[in-house]
Amino acid sequence: MTGIPAQQLIDFTYIFAAIGFILALKWLSSPVSAMRGVLIGEIASGVAVIATLFDPQVIQYKWILIALIIGAGVGVPLGMVKMTAVPQRTALSHAFGALSAALIGIAEYYVAAPNVPKFEMGEIGLEVIIGSLTFTGSLIAAGKLQEILPQRPITYRGQNFVSLTVLAAAIALMVTLVLHPEYTQLFPAMVGVALVFGIMLVTPIGGADMPTVISLLNSYAGFSAALLGFVLNSKVLVVAGALDGASGFILSVIMCKAMNRSFTNVLFGGFGQIHVSATGVKEERAVRSATPEEAAAILSAANKVVIVPGYGMAVAQAQHKVRELYDYLTKHGIDVKFAIHPVAGRMPGHMNVLLAEADIPYDKLIDMDDINGEFPQTDVALIIGANDVTNPAARTDQSSPIFGMPILDVDKARTVMVIKRSMAAGFAGIDNPLYYMDKTLMLFGDAKNFVGSIVRELTSGGGHGG
Amino acid sequence: MPADFISSLFVFILAAFLGFEVIKRVSPLLHTPLMSLTNALDAIVVVAAIIIAGRHESRLSVILGLIAVAASFSNMVGGFLITDRMLHMFKSGKAKKQ
Repeated sequence: MTGIPAQQLIDFTYIFAAIGFILALKWLSSPVSAMRGVLIGEIASGVAVIATLFDPQVIQYKWILIALIIGAGVGVPLGMVKMTAVPQRTALSHAFGALSAALIGIAEYYVAAPNVPKFEMGEIGLEVIIGSLTFTGSLIAAGKLQEILPQRPITYRGQNFVSLTVLAAAIALMVTLVLHPEYTQLFPAMVGVALVFGIMLVTPIGGADMPTVISLLNSYAGFSAALLGFVLNSKVLVVAGALDGASGFILSVIMCKAMNRSFTNVLFGGFGQIHVSATGVKEERAVRSATPEEAAAILSAANKVVIVPGYGMAVAQAQHKVRELYDYLTKHGIDVKFAIHPVAGRMPGHMNVLLAEADIPYDKLIDMDDINGEFPQTDVALIIGANDVTNPAARTDQSSPIFGMPILDVDKARTVMVIKRSMAAGFAGIDNPLYYMDKTLMLFGDAKNFVGSIVRELTSGGGHGG
Repeated sequence: MPADFISSLFVFILAAFLGFEVIKRVSPLLHTPLMSLTNALDAIVVVAAIIIAGRHESRLSVILGLIAVAASFSNMVGGFLITDRMLHMFKSGKAKKQ
C-alpha cells in the first residue's frame, strides 16, 4: 500500500468505528436489541485496531503485538469476573483507560519538548492532569470496592481546602509550562501532583456513595480520552471520549438526583461529608422480630410481594436464594416484583445485574418511579439488605440528613419485613423509623441464610408439595 | 487557535450532544452494561497508543506507548467480554418459561 490511500482507508475505518459506537449505545436502549449493540461495537473497534496496524507510521510490530497479547491476557480474566465483583472491575477499567490516555499524552509531550507551542501545551497539560487524577482516583475506588481499603469515608478537618490547594498547584504548574515551555522539569511535578490529587479526591468517599463516584470517574476517563483526541487531532478518540464522558455524566446526574445531592456538591468531591452529623438521637425502642417460620407463613398468605434488594444482598451473595424464593412464590400464584432504587448497591444498575445473573426475568425488576405506586396494594414488602433507600424519614423528617432523598415507599405496604444482621444504623448513620412501625417485622440474620430458611420452611411445611 | 482545535471541538460537541440523546434512552435496567460498554468503546485509544509505540521516536515514547497499548487493549477485550456476559443474563419472563 502506498502512503496516502492507506491513510485515507484508515480514516474511513475510523468513521465506520464512530458510527458503530453510536449504534452500539442506541441499541442498548432495550435488552432485546442490546446484544446487537455489543456486536457492532466489537466489529467497529476490531476493524479500527486492525486498520491502525497497517498505518505507514507504524514501523515496528513485534513489541506492539506482544503488548496486545499482554492486554488480552489481562482483559480476558477481567472480563470473566463474577457478577458480584463487577463494581471493582469497572473501577479498575476506568483506571486502565485513564492510565493509557495519560501515558500517551506524556509520550507526546516528551517527543515535542521543549518546543511545545502554547496551545498544544495547554491541551496536553489538561489531558494529562485529568488522566492522572482519574487513574489514581479509580485505583482507590477499586481498592475500596474490593475491600482492600476501608469502605468508610476517611476525612479530616480542612480536607476540601487541602485537596483544592493540591488541584490548584497542578493547574499552576500547567499554566507555568504554557508560559515557559523550557521548564521541562515542571512536567513530571505536574503529573505527580495530579496523581496525588486523584488519591485525595476519592479517599474521603464512603462505600454507599460509590455509585456516584464510579459514574464521575467514568465521565473523567471519557473526557480525558476526548482531550487526547484534541491533542492528537484524532476525531475517533474525540467521538469515543465524548460518548463515554456523556454517559458517565448522565449516570452521575441520575445518581445525584437519587441521593438528593446537588451537582456542584458532587463535582467538588464533597461526598460522604454530610453523613457525619446524625448519630446522636437514639433511644432504645421496641421492635418486633419474627422467625423464618412466621415469615414463611406471612409470605405464603400474600397475593402480592415486592422484594427490595440492597447492598446487603450482594455482600451476603443471597441472590440465588432469593431466586428460589421467587420461584416458589410465583409457582404458587403470588405476584412477586423487585423494587430497584437507582443507588442500591455499589454502582448504577448493580442490583439488576445480580438478579439477572440469578435468572430472575428482567421484566420483574422495576424502577423506583414505576414501583412506588404499587406499594399500597402490596401485601408484603420484603427488604433484603437495604436501609437508607427505604427510610421514610427522607419524606417526613426535615431534620434528617437524608430529607428530600427519593425513597422506595415500602412503609405503605400492608406488612414490611426487613432482613438485617442487627439493629446497627445504615451507612448514613441514621436511625430508620421504618423498623419501629407496628406493621414491621425484623428478621435478624444473614440474608442468604435467612432467605434459605424461609425457602426451606415453605417447601417442607406449609407448601403445596413443591 | 489552531484550525484542528476548532474542527475537533465541532466533532466533540456534536458527539456529546448525540451521546446525551442516545444514552438518555438506555433503560436503568442496563446501566451496569452501559458503563462497561462505554468503557470498551473508550478503549479505542489503543489506536493512538499503537501509533505512538510504532513510530519509534524515542525509547521513552515507545515504552509509554506499549504500556498504553496493553492497558487500553485489556479494557477493550475485557469490556466487551463482560458486557456480552451480562447481557446474556437478562432474560424476559416469557423467554424464561419452559
